[in-house]
Order: sequence, then structure tokens, then C-alpha cells
Amino acid sequence: MSPRFDYAPAPESTAVVDIAPSYDLFINGEFTAPLSERTFATINPATEEKLSQVAAAGADDVDRAVKAARRAYTRVWGPMPGAERAKYLYRIARILAERSREFAVLETLDNGKPIKESRDVDVPTAAAHFFYHAGWADKLEYAGLGAAPAPLGVVGQVIPWNFPLLMLAWKIAPALATGNTVVLKPAETTPLTALLFADVCRQADLPPGVVNIVTGAGETGQALVEHPDIDKIAFTGSTEVGKQIARSVAGTDKRVTLELGGKAANVVFDDAPIDQAVEGIVNGIFFNQGHVCCAGSRLLVQESVAEEVVHRLQRRLQTLRLGDPLDKNTDIGAINSQAQLDRITELTAAGEAEGATRWSPPCELPDRGFWFAPTVFTDVSQAHRIAREEIFGPVLSVLTFRTPEEAVARANNTTYGLSAGVWTEKGSRILWMADKLRAGVVWANTFNRFDPTSPFGGYAESGYGREGGRHGLAAYVTAEGTH
Amino acid sequence: MSASAAPSRARELLGVSALTNKALTSWLHGLPGIDAVGCEGRAAALSTRSIKTDAKAWAIDTAISMIDLTTLEGADTPGKVRALCAKAVTPDPVDPTTPRPAAICVYNDLVGIAREALGDSGIHVAAVATAFPSGRASLEVKLADTQDAVDLGADEIDMVIDRGAFLAGDYRTVFDQIVAVKEACGEAHLKVILETGELATYDNVRRASWLAMLAGADFIKTSTGKISPAATLPVTLVMLEAVRDWRDLTGVQIGVKPAGGIKTTKDALKYLVTLNEIAGEDWLTPQWFRFGASSLLGDLLQQRRKLATGVYTGSRDVTID
Amino acid sequence: MATRLEVKKTYKLYVGGKFPRSESGRTYEVTSARGAFLANAAWGSRKDVRDAVTAARSAQPGWAGATAYNRGQVLYRVAEIMEGRREQFVAEVAASEGVTKPRATTIVDAAIDRWVWWAGWTDKIAQVLGNLNPVAGPYFNVSAPEPTGVIGIVAPQRSSLLGLVSVVAPVIAAGNSCVVLTSEQRPLPAITLSEVLATSDVPGGVVNVVTGPTAELAPWLAAHRDVDGIDLTGCAGADGVDATALEVAAADNLKRVLRPAADEPDWGTTDLERLRIFTETKTVWHPKGL
Repeated sequence: MSPRFDYAPAPESTAVVDIAPSYDLFINGEFTAPLSERTFATINPATEEKLSQVAAAGADDVDRAVKAARRAYTRVWGPMPGAERAKYLYRIARILAERSREFAVLETLDNGKPIKESRDVDVPTAAAHFFYHAGWADKLEYAGLGAAPAPLGVVGQVIPWNFPLLMLAWKIAPALATGNTVVLKPAETTPLTALLFADVCRQADLPPGVVNIVTGAGETGQALVEHPDIDKIAFTGSTEVGKQIARSVAGTDKRVTLELGGKAANVVFDDAPIDQAVEGIVNGIFFNQGHVCCAGSRLLVQESVAEEVVHRLQRRLQTLRLGDPLDKNTDIGAINSQAQLDRITELTAAGEAEGATRWSPPCELPDRGFWFAPTVFTDVSQAHRIAREEIFGPVLSVLTFRTPEEAVARANNTTYGLSAGVWTEKGSRILWMADKLRAGVVWANTFNRFDPTSPFGGYAESGYGREGGRHGLAAYVTAEGTH
Repeated sequence: MSASAAPSRARELLGVSALTNKALTSWLHGLPGIDAVGCEGRAAALSTRSIKTDAKAWAIDTAISMIDLTTLEGADTPGKVRALCAKAVTPDPVDPTTPRPAAICVYNDLVGIAREALGDSGIHVAAVATAFPSGRASLEVKLADTQDAVDLGADEIDMVIDRGAFLAGDYRTVFDQIVAVKEACGEAHLKVILETGELATYDNVRRASWLAMLAGADFIKTSTGKISPAATLPVTLVMLEAVRDWRDLTGVQIGVKPAGGIKTTKDALKYLVTLNEIAGEDWLTPQWFRFGASSLLGDLLQQRRKLATGVYTGSRDVTID
Repeated sequence: MATRLEVKKTYKLYVGGKFPRSESGRTYEVTSARGAFLANAAWGSRKDVRDAVTAARSAQPGWAGATAYNRGQVLYRVAEIMEGRREQFVAEVAASEGVTKPRATTIVDAAIDRWVWWAGWTDKIAQVLGNLNPVAGPYFNVSAPEPTGVIGIVAPQRSSLLGLVSVVAPVIAAGNSCVVLTSEQRPLPAITLSEVLATSDVPGGVVNVVTGPTAELAPWLAAHRDVDGIDLTGCAGADGVDATALEVAAADNLKRVLRPAADEPDWGTTDLERLRIFTETKTVWHPKGL
């Protein structure tokens, strides 16, 4: 009988964060009480304990924020030389790095994601986004977007709960670099790091009104989207809401970028580097509990190696550690909300009902909080709901294919088109596949990599516009011939 | 398994009637490729595991018990080897609960000294052989070298493969030499050193691992310690995947020994985590995993005392050898 | 003395490389800018739009899969063939748009030159709109534009040839296929252009041309779920067309939408806007390692 190597608890200390009992709206550089006089609670999804009570911005509050942003745009931020804007963004990048531990712990408390991910991915990548975009602020005329790209004005941004701070950075950094001002609405279940970011803006002496944070739920987001003085909307979230936004801006001059859902195929060929492919599958669907729009939620594996890949995958999944998100050894954290847990539960039940075979590793779920064991469905067909609908949870559907053509046909057989993965040691096949896959990001022999320099965004119903890189700037400036 | 059984098992596994170089080549080259960046990423991720308190205490003792305490210098003397053996027998004079390392590893002419110094401590004597570290000698010389070590009482033989033959694609030669050395080992355990620092790619490490296991190795070992890089975590990870998959295929369990460059407790913990999560719990004993190291023991002992007493130790608190 | 009876041309639709009559079996009278009868044009129906989308979908992968060099040659060939039918275009533009012959000549020349301009773009689009990304890690990372797919085009109402070429050429230069709803009142140059396309090397189905009532046909095009993007330029000045409603319909499958300007532009210059809207940036990652 071999000994067991049990990793003792290794919780990250929460002493570094100081959560106030309540938060107001951040408008014009000040925290101000909501005119709506409404608030909502934000909880720790791992424990269901309340973290804070947060203001719910009404239409009047959104209007105040837009007015503040407009003033800041007209008087300060718009006229400011790019080189000066750049220095503010560099400052923010530096402060984020300095306060990285605080942000990581707060993100994990509010979101439920493992501390190793908030610490190693979310927060450093967010800081990197500000650093990257800072450099663009005084170089926009070299971005290939016309001789003198001009800002659009006031930008309304609505972000999701899966990467709260990182999505904030993806939105705010390019907007500010290009000379726009911002009204941002964080997701209602994860407002805290955005509110801490407001503090960073003050620490950086960012002029009042350049960044405004209005917390609230869908109603607040709708007020922002529909506000007549918004020049551009940037939204990351569900395809359903993305379509509502596209409808609501119809006939206006508002510009829109949408980063929406996905149902990515992760295609594994028989000549794949199999151990790395297994890691890529795991990273593809279990990173951030599968709360990732570009998650590799459909494993398309060549039939000749399907059994072996699934065997290796199942063995690997038994080493995943689910539990306290603050524990540095946790691989799978909490599901972000009861509502999301319900959706995952409902869709997985449908998977079973439709005849797919369900498997999870032995896995003890904590008594309190929202949890879902890593789950793999085999015997899945293209027609099953679990192969078509975005589950946004730690649930993988395994399908097989026989030939590269069939792999491409199945991979593209979706209304989405955000990302895709390809695993093969054959270089020419990778390039062939990369050409054929209809997705905004193709990861070959890797998965779920992100970088500020690398454009991200979808085809088809995964939305339009890109975030990051040179391409991401285009969403925030007047392109030639439009204005 | 006896040495002479290896070729027939190899023919059976490969499904060939004659174990030609061509047959070996197509089998080894048919192994799945390794993406270097993904492999290194996995090793880096395993390195972030945080091992604290009880788990750390357990891991430190386990790591100590897995050490092949090594001296492989031209300047080695009987005195030096006796001192090393004394250290192995009594790693921490103030704490008799401290486990002993698994073996002392020396050149073969010093095996007798070590054997005598270790007495009935249960600590094994490992000898490097086969024209260590370069392996550049005739097979006759390598076998005589091995025979010397066995005759002097070595429990374990650490041989080197012929990297020149391997890189030239002459897998059959590498295979035959391992089989022959294994034969010469008799009862002694055979560790096959791949010298991964000279194999250059993870694909080669995987192929060399499988070739050594096919030829009858009891252990596969990363390095001689004389070439940089010596053991690395990703290389060890690849070898752990190899022994895991070999057991899946044949039912036979093979040991792994990273050697060279593992100096700190922090390093050792990363290897144990990797061992635990890649090969699995079955490998978590000195029977199936060793560290080839010299200075590692000192750091493990310091950390062990820190855990026990709660204060950081000084370098003078630990005996040097 | 009996004068020779003129052979009148029947203007039909252009779908999948063929010239069918409208499924509706109906035609409508096209008059000159001064009100004189010019010809009957096909009264396209929603089923013609549907057939055109089907043809465009089936042609698109092949067109996108052709080399950029080849697409450039094909587009240049269009200019060559137009040059040979220059007089016909001048006459039709003059009649349709009510401009003088010299003015019509200028317009036709500009339209031919516009094809030449776009022909030269096909193998530069990826270079100008794409780039390597220096990611912080051992990865090769490249972003390049790809065609969006099938694009619906509500063609300009006033500029029957130059405006038409200006909206169609960039879309197909990028590798898209398209379904064009022509100017309702001035459809004849579009059909003649279709004949040029049919006799150049543009594969059938890459450009599909439907004449008829914009207000009736555009909603079907905007709502069609197999259309990936829509250019609403021709909504400007079109009778009874609700551009906002079309944009709302287009949202159902998140078509890329080019909104109409308040007034139709004069088409004197061109830019890359349509290339940007009707291409998708794909970013490919691969590790770099031994």
C-alpha cells in the first residue's frame, strides 16, 4: 500500500483586502449614493456569505455618469495629448501590479475562481493590458486606421462576471488609450474588483469623469445601452443579450462591438502530442470552471484514438482538486451563482436524458456554496443540446470524427464562431485546419492563451469586433470615411 | 524479469520476428510526439502547488528517503566516501527520527569502501559503471566495469546509454548494450542513465525512456550530473509519463531517478508533486523514485529542523559532507 | 420602306451564374430619368432572394479558397470586359441617371477604374489588415482577415453603376459572395454588369443580382439567417424602406451591418470601410519549441 501525498490546506490570506459593508456608484471621480436608492448584495459563491451591499444604478444615475463622462471627454480627456494619456495608463498598470495580491484575493472572493487563476492569469493579464495600450495612446496614427484616428466620445461598456477585472481591462484600456471616456457596468454578481479599480483611478489621479463605474443588473445595463449620449457600446456577455443590444441600437449612430458566446470545438487528431492534448482539453474546458466564452466545450476526437484520449482524460481529471477557491492548490473553484449552477444542472440533465453517457471523477462537493463536479459526456451526437448550447460550466461533450473534412464540418456546425483548437503534430494539417475553421481564434497545439497584443473576438453569432492588439483599437476610433 | 527475457518480450511487444534496428525505429518513432511548450507549461503549473505543514513534513521525509547520496569526483577518496556514508547512516545527529537516504552512489572502485562503511544500515550502494559519464568505450570494457562493481557488492548499477549510437539512430546498439549490462548486473538493480541533456528534445527523451524499458531497465535516470542541463522538471515529467504508460502496456512498474541540479527542498517538493500527479501514488516510495543528489540532503535537513522547531536554522547547524 | 425591327433586350435576374426570370413571373417598367420607357425588368420576389442566397452560399467557399492572385486577375478581367462594352454602359447610365453623355462617360470610366483598383487589392488585404502579434510567450501568433461569408447588398438607388461597383467590388475582393438588390428605379446597368460578370471569370453565384422593389425584398434579405452581413447603403433615398427595421431584423443572426448614410454618397472616392466591416479577423496561435 503506497502512502498518500495529501496536500495540506494552503489558503491565501484575506487580510490584504478590506471590503466595505456597502459601496456607492463611482461617478465623476467620487463615490456617490444612487438616486435610485436601491442596492443589492454581492456574495461569495463559495460560501454564500454576503460580502457587501452595492448600489443599483437607475436610469438617472446612468445619466449622471454619462454626463460626467461627456464633460471629461470634452474638457479634459479628448483634448489631452496622447503622450499624457499614455502616462495615466502606465500609472494604472503599475498600480494594478503593486496591488495585485489585493485584486486577486478580492476577485476570488467575489467570483469563486481559484486563487491561482486570479493570481497568475486575471490580474497580471489585466495589468499587461493597461501597459500595452498605454503605449498606443500617442502612436495611433501608426495603427493603420487612417492618418488621424479620432476618439468616438463616451463609451458605454457592459462586462460579464467570468473575468471581472480582466474584462474591465480589456474594455477600459483601449477606450482610454484612444481618448474616449467610459461608463462601465460590471456584472451584478461580481462588482467588487471594478469598485476597487475605481480606487486605483483615484490613486492614479485620473481626471474625474474619465472612468465611471455604475453597478447594477440588466436594467442598469439597458439604461446605459439606450442612453442617447453614448457614442459606442462594448459588450461582453451572452449572445441573447448581444442580439438585444444590436436591436436596440438599430437606426442610431452608436457603434457596437459584441463579444458573445461560443461552443468551441477542440479537435484532436490521431497524431496529436497526446499528453499535451489532454492538458489542452482540461485547460480548455475546466479553466475557470468552464465559465469561459471561448471554452473548448466540444471535444472532437478522431475515432481511432477516442478511447485512449478519453481514458487519459479521465485519469487526469482525477487529479483535479475542487474546493476552497482561496486554497493555492485548488484547480476547480465555485460556480459563480445559483442561477448559473441551475443552468448547468439543467443542461447536464438534458444531456443524460438525450442519451449521452455522463462521467465525473470521484469528487466531494462542499456543503455550502455553488459547486459542480467536472463532468464529461461521451456518446454525444451533434444534435444533442449539450453539443449545441453554451453550458458555461465544467462540462465537456465528447464527439468523434473520421477524417479532417468531417472534423471541420462538425467543428463549424454551430451558430457560434469564437474559438477552436487543433491538435496534431503535422504542420501542414494545422495550417489547413486553421484556414477552414470558422472562428476568431484558433489555438493549435495549445488552448486558452490570451495576450494584450492578440486580437480576440468572434465570427457569426459569437459577435463582432476585436479586443486586443492593433485590431482592437479600431473599435474605439473613427475609421476613415465614417465620420 | 531476467535479462535474457528482454529481447523476446521486445519482439512480442513490437510484433516482429526479428528485433531489427528498423523495427525499433518504427516503434519508437510511432510514440506520440511531445509539444515542448505544452510540456514545460504543465511542469510549470505543477511547480505552483503549495506544500505546507503536515504535507511538507511528510514530503521532506519522503524526499530524504529517496536520495541516492552521491559523490562522483575524480578527487574522491576513501575518507570522503566514509564521511558521506556516516552522514547517510546518521543524517541528523540531534534527531534520530530522521530517515536515511536510500543509497550511496559512488564510482565502482569505491564500492567496497562504501559497502563496509554502511554495514547493516540497510542503505544500498549504487555504482556508476559502463565508462561513466561518457560511455565511450567498448562493450567489453563496459561489461567489465559493471562486473567490477557487482563483485565489490554494489546493490544498484547506474549505467549510461551510448548517446552517440542513439543520436545516430542506432537504437539496436543501445538496446543490446542495456541487455548485456543488465545480464552482467545479476541481482543488482539496473538504472539506465539517458543523459537527457545530450538528447536535446523531449521526443528523444521519450524514445530513450521506452528503449531503456524495453531493454530491461529497472529504473530510468535523467543524467550523469556531468552535463548541463542535468535533471529538469519537464524532462522528469516526460520520463514519468513513460513509466506510467509502460505499466499500462505491460503491467511492469519501472522507477525514475532525476539526478543533478536538484539542490533545494523547494525543488524536491516540485518533483514529488509531479511524481504524485503524473505517475501516481504507487511511485511515491524509494523503491520507485530516487533523487541523485549531493547537496539536497543538507537543505532537506535544514527545512526539516525548521518545521520541527519553528526557527530558521543556520548553515552551521547541519553537518556537511 | 420597312425599317428593321429592333431586337429588344429582356432584362432578367442574375442568380448562380444564370439569368433566370423572376419566380414571380412578373416584370415592371423601367423608365429613364425623364420618364421614357426603357425596358421591363424582373420583379424579383422573396423566393428569388432565397435562391440567390443559396447560390451565394454555395459559391462562397470556392471563391474564398481561390488564391488572392487569382481573384485579382478575375476582377481585372471584369474591368477589361467592361471596357469592351463601354458604349453600352454609357448609354444605359445616361438614360438611367439622366446625365449627359460626357458625364455618363466619366461615370463609366470611374466604374471601370474602380474595378482595377479593387483588383489590385485582393492580394494586399491580408498584408494591410493582418499582422503578427508579439505575444509574451513562446508562441507564433498571427492575425489575418478572412471573408465574412455571404453579404447582402442593398445597392445605391441613385448611382446605378459607379455606386453599384463601389459596393460590390470590395465585398468580393475580400472573398465574400453577395446578393445584390439593385437600384429599384435604375436597375438596367446592374443587369448589364451581370452580363459582364458572367462572361468574365467570376464564378457563378459569387455575385447574384435581383431587381425589383427594394422595400419588399430588403426585409427578406436582412432577415435571412444564411446571410452573414448586410450593406444598407441603398436604403438612403429608397421609397418605403425602413433601415432601422432592417437593422433590427439583421440582429437575429448578428449580421455585420453597414448602416446607410442620410444621403447617398457621391462615390467620387473610395476607402477600406467595406473591407473592414465584411471581413473577420482570425488569430492563430502555435507554440514555438523543440
